[in-house]
Amino acid sequence: MKEKALSKPLAQPQQEVSQPEAKSGNVHVLESAMKLIFFICGFIAIGFVLVITVYLIISGLPAIREVGLVEFLFGTEWASTAEQPKFGILPLILTSVYGTAGAIVIGVPIGFLMAMFLSKVAPRRVANVIRPVVDLLAGIPSIVYGLVGLMVLVPLVRTTFHTAAGESLLASIVVLAVMILPSIISVSETALNAVPREYEEASLALGATEIETYFRVSAPAAKSGIAAAVVLGVGRAIGEAMAIMMVAGNVANMPDLLSSVRFLTTGIAVELAYSSGLQRQALFSIGLVLFLFIMCINVILNVVLKRKKG
Amino acid sequence: MDQNIILTAKGLNLWYSENHALKDINLDIPQNQVTALIGPSGCGKSTFLKTLDRMNDLVPGVKIEGSVQYRGLEIYDPKVNVTWLRKQIGMVFQKPNPFPMSIYDNIAYGPRTHGIRNKKQLDEIVEKALQGAAIWDEVKDRLKKSALGLSGGQQQRICIARALAVEPDVLLMDEATSALDPISTSKIEDLIADLKKSYTIVIVTHNMQQATRVSDRCAFFLHGELVEADDTEKLFSVPRDKRTEDYITGRFG
Repeated sequence: MKEKALSKPLAQPQQEVSQPEAKSGNVHVLESAMKLIFFICGFIAIGFVLVITVYLIISGLPAIREVGLVEFLFGTEWASTAEQPKFGILPLILTSVYGTAGAIVIGVPIGFLMAMFLSKVAPRRVANVIRPVVDLLAGIPSIVYGLVGLMVLVPLVRTTFHTAAGESLLASIVVLAVMILPSIISVSETALNAVPREYEEASLALGATEIETYFRVSAPAAKSGIAAAVVLGVGRAIGEAMAIMMVAGNVANMPDLLSSVRFLTTGIAVELAYSSGLQRQALFSIGLVLFLFIMCINVILNVVLKRKKG
Repeated sequence: MDQNIILTAKGLNLWYSENHALKDINLDIPQNQVTALIGPSGCGKSTFLKTLDRMNDLVPGVKIEGSVQYRGLEIYDPKVNVTWLRKQIGMVFQKPNPFPMSIYDNIAYGPRTHGIRNKKQLDEIVEKALQGAAIWDEVKDRLKKSALGLSGGQQQRICIARALAVEPDVLLMDEATSALDPISTSKIEDLIADLKKSYTIVIVTHNMQQATRVSDRCAFFLHGELVEADDTEKLFSVPRDKRTEDYITGRFG
């Protein structure tokens, strides 16, 4: 081998490189134009966020000022069309918080175990069938979830617990739990797939079983991704309106598992069409509160994701 | 041979799908000695190592024939408890792979897996394992810190300590120093010399100086065949096979 390499003639000196002709002026114009378009598109997105924020603050503050911040946030009675209207949104806030928490409590364990199954346990062929089905679940319009909830879940709650109406916080929680499953599954699965195989091999080589390995090594190693999945689920659940409007009953009661309840989102949706004056302004105030909730969740999400990289 | 034989491969064949990766391997691994498996890349030495603790079972499409006995027990017998076997036969990997948790939890992982929950007992095991891997003095003040903050050489010794913590009988090391700098490498080589008093050690290395430095016996693999196995001194001074001679004198590889 060596001798052969030596007997090879030395490489010829390189020929001079001729530079290709400079690109014509048109290309430069196109470049700058495209850059400008990209910039504008990027700015439009930021612009929308700014406009919505400013608009919500401007239209949301008057009612809060009129009702009083404490009375608005902590008032337990919402009676917007009464002779002596009351604008306390505590029932709505609590319903949204409880509803979201309930959906997380049901949805996260199921979603996490499902992700574990898809990522680690399922034979590839089975996973390849289930994964598109989960994605399909994400693509179903929320009105359809509401419809199915109304047709199936609401009667079920009514007959099981012998309540007058099946529309309830419980039905809403179940619908929300199903709706957040796809994002929880896919984000957790991505996180679990990213766990280096070496960790799992090390655990197996120490005599741990595969299931022990997945729960004690893979899951902790993927914990920031799983946390991101939870926060994402919270964000989806708290912002959902259409599906739960059909199963929640929409009476602004203080939340109880089996009673008719009204969420922040549905509070706006059911009244907006016929509202006026202070009532209408109060709906925008609800919007502002919801907006702040979701902003907080997004900030948390960003922090969680950043910690994962760092 | 006057030593106790711990591991014996007889007529061992292994296929990865169609690829015949190990061809009729017959090899004895004696107790409390360091056996080095050498050979060029892709010769099957790592594959052979992994058959000894059944880590090849994890590779899809693998097929294994023949016999591997651990202290007289047929390890590919379907009745064998694989987790028990892997507890007896520990493994250290090429790339240091401590878990992304604290140093303490890394070492305690194995014992906890095998049912030890007592805090005091765990503390003792962790200290003993870290001392066994000659890294106790370096980490004793930072046991609660992440193991990922250590240098590569330290991480590898953490991995050795983690393997020792389950009190194995045999320690397999798959090119355990190839990702390390020379100083860390020499520390681990010293450690191997020390560990063989209490453990039987099998290492895979593509570094022949390392094989001569640390091993008592040496087995030369080529294209999935075991060409020659002998005392290291003999194998390197008077190889019986022409191919061994070519390899150790650097004519290929």
